[in-house]
Amino acid sequence: MLPLTIPFLATIGLATLGYFLGRSRAISVAGRDMRVLNALPHQHGLNTCFSTLLPPLAVMLVWALAARIASRKGVMLAPENPTLVYIILIGLAVAGLGLSMMKISRDFRARNASERWIMGLLIFASTVAILTTVGIVLSMVSETLNFFGQYDWKAFFFGTTWSPSFSGRGGDSQLGIIPLLWGTLYISFIALAFAVPVGLFAAIYLSEYASPRLRSIAKPMIEILAGIPTIVYGLFALLTVGPLLRDVFAEPLGLGDSASSVMTAGLVMGVMLIPFVSSLSDDIINAVPQAMRDGSLGLGATQSETIRQVIVPAALPGIVGAVLLAASRAIGETMIVVLGAGAAARLSLNPFEAMTTVTAKIVSQLTGDTDFGSPETLVAFALGLTLFAITLGLNVLALYIVRKYREQYE
Amino acid sequence: MTDLSSTPSNSLLTEDKRTKKRNAAERRFRAFGLGAILVSCLMLVILLISIVSNGASSFKQTYMAFPVTISQEEFDAAEGSILKTGAYNKMLQSALTEYLTTNDLLGDATEDDVKNMISGEAAADVRRLLLANAAVIGTEIDFNLLANGRIDGYFKGRVTRETAALDTKITGAQLDLADRMTEDGSMVTRFNWSFFTNPDASVQRPEAAGLGVAILGSLYMMAVVLCLALPIGVAASIYLEEFAKKNWLTDVIEVNIANLAAVPSIVYGILGLAIFINFAELHQSSPLVGGLVLTLMTLPTIIISTRAALKSIPPSIRDAALGVGASKMQSVFHHVLPLAAPGILTGTIIGLAQALGETAPLLLIGMVAFVKEYPAAYSPELGLFGEASTALPVQIFNWTTRSDPAFVERASGAIITLLVFLLMMNALAIFLRKKFERRW
Repeated sequence: MLPLTIPFLATIGLATLGYFLGRSRAISVAGRDMRVLNALPHQHGLNTCFSTLLPPLAVMLVWALAARIASRKGVMLAPENPTLVYIILIGLAVAGLGLSMMKISRDFRARNASERWIMGLLIFASTVAILTTVGIVLSMVSETLNFFGQYDWKAFFFGTTWSPSFSGRGGDSQLGIIPLLWGTLYISFIALAFAVPVGLFAAIYLSEYASPRLRSIAKPMIEILAGIPTIVYGLFALLTVGPLLRDVFAEPLGLGDSASSVMTAGLVMGVMLIPFVSSLSDDIINAVPQAMRDGSLGLGATQSETIRQVIVPAALPGIVGAVLLAASRAIGETMIVVLGAGAAARLSLNPFEAMTTVTAKIVSQLTGDTDFGSPETLVAFALGLTLFAITLGLNVLALYIVRKYREQYE
Repeated sequence: MTDLSSTPSNSLLTEDKRTKKRNAAERRFRAFGLGAILVSCLMLVILLISIVSNGASSFKQTYMAFPVTISQEEFDAAEGSILKTGAYNKMLQSALTEYLTTNDLLGDATEDDVKNMISGEAAADVRRLLLANAAVIGTEIDFNLLANGRIDGYFKGRVTRETAALDTKITGAQLDLADRMTEDGSMVTRFNWSFFTNPDASVQRPEAAGLGVAILGSLYMMAVVLCLALPIGVAASIYLEEFAKKNWLTDVIEVNIANLAAVPSIVYGILGLAIFINFAELHQSSPLVGGLVLTLMTLPTIIISTRAALKSIPPSIRDAALGVGASKMQSVFHHVLPLAAPGILTGTIIGLAQALGETAPLLLIGMVAFVKEYPAAYSPELGLFGEASTALPVQIFNWTTRSDPAFVERASGAIITLLVFLLMMNALAIFLRKKFERRW
């Protein structure tokens, strides 16, 4: 990539020069009376600048990509002599500069021309989002296929044992996803069982009962929980919640002696999810038309009856959407699980036992010394793709429900 | 409610059974609601208290101050030996023994006890000082030397006489010695500036570990995120909000952005590993790769908040601009964008704060590496932001995986630092919003 630095800087220099040249040429073409120009000198300058800058930049981008793909396939695209590349790229910039300078005349619509360039840039920026998704899918699919070339896909999806061999070369690794999925779902379930009632009740109280003063204090406080990085929750689980649960529940009840457990990770994750559930539900409850409340209260229902029998049913689709989004968060959460849930893949019902999740295993398989040819490393991509598919499904469903619900009352 | 005849003696002034029940249900429901809010707030308070109580002590550090004279011959001999810091260590140890004997503080401490009082990092510090400033060679200098991590822990309550009895790395005699030195004034615990400037230290020397490299790495990454995510995010939002026609392509982009905002962060780590490191062959553990991954992660947040800011500008502004002959593009860039700027800025700061605290994707692109050297922003071989570095949240994770409890204290201290950064960013965002908020 480095050989492109010189043409890159040269192009930027030429483009800056182009702006001033274009502007001054427009002024000189106009003569004494500026009004005869169709566009402002500034716009002529901009057009010259973009015509000089953008074509070589686009070529550089395509070039760098092509060279990279080629070198992966073992072909060297880079010519022996980089001077040739320099001449082509800088020549392109000079040509753009010359052509756009020649176009400058009294009637040239420089505003439209320069805005077409800007529009192109805006469209390019908005395709970055698509490129990201494509990148995510492509990067994971190719490595996953690679993995399934070395490891039976049936054994991966239906295997009930997770025990990668640490040598990385042995064929005795058992890479079944079931124990990991079980750990993920169990922890997410505990997290949601804590976060949904608390978050929902908090949202209901804040939107239906709370005085403006309480609301102005409690709402930001709950939202602070959403702004705390997950590593902080992880350390909280590791230092405080885990030992507490072990000493108060697990050991007296004879359920285990591990500080890292499904319960630890689940509870802490539940705390993290409260603001997601409550702020989304709050928006949704506030969107229920006032007329529905008034109607119910007018018939003599108490406030809680109104909430339970009118508002919550009306807001239910939205609340379900919020819960699904929270579930997707819980399934994809990494740091709390890495620090709070333990590392042993286990199929067990005991919530005070250490278990592990898909995300925690992605981290452990991809950190440290990794060899990108072995199934023990490649399995992380298959895990990632599975995770992506699950969360994508939940997100699409949740967004669809929320959007559909919003339309209902708009 | 339906059958009035069944309650003939119904008076509005006395609560009948049914009303009582309904009112009780009402009170219960309210109590649940209030309870939920209390639980949430309580959790926040417990979380903060737990972190602060674990980590506050990391902002203090125990130092020893005693006079040391290193002569030119000793300096030359040490520089000529193979284990240079080892030679310095010996000099410091003998200076300390000498100081203790002359001041009659030695008591029943053996020679080994005295040796282990000084941190292994102290010798390196002294050597650095001597190399930087040759004039002090041969004169008597009062060094401030790091005390061993266990001694430091003793003053912070982490190490007690009971734990010391079980610990092979510290003896009761050393603790007695530490007490005597404190009375004498040659051992002090004071504010730990080096926590913010030192790089990470090896597993045996928690007392020397600091956040310098991690803070620098995080700053570099934030710079990358700001330089990429802000322009791309704003440009994409302008296109989608102001120009895009309703067709399948813009629909796809819209759905895409909503999804990307909810994709688990670890998936971005896999993307970074596969695309930026394996495919583009950028350098592992470099702030550039970290910044690129965080950019992709932050983009949806910035796009969503920028679009909300653009949407809140009333159409009359655009119409007025178009009415006096501006093009659509000019109306956006000259009028709508400046008016939306405070909202965009607020969203960007919140996105940056999110990126600053993100850990999982950085683990996958190798930012957990042990980095002792300060990364330079630019180096000729590795390019811009190409030198290996760590980041604040990753450093925290790294420390939690080490067994010495002194590192847990450091990790909690690092979290306090991280939270202070986040608090400042969010306060700035709130301030900007309050100051520039405009209702149309």
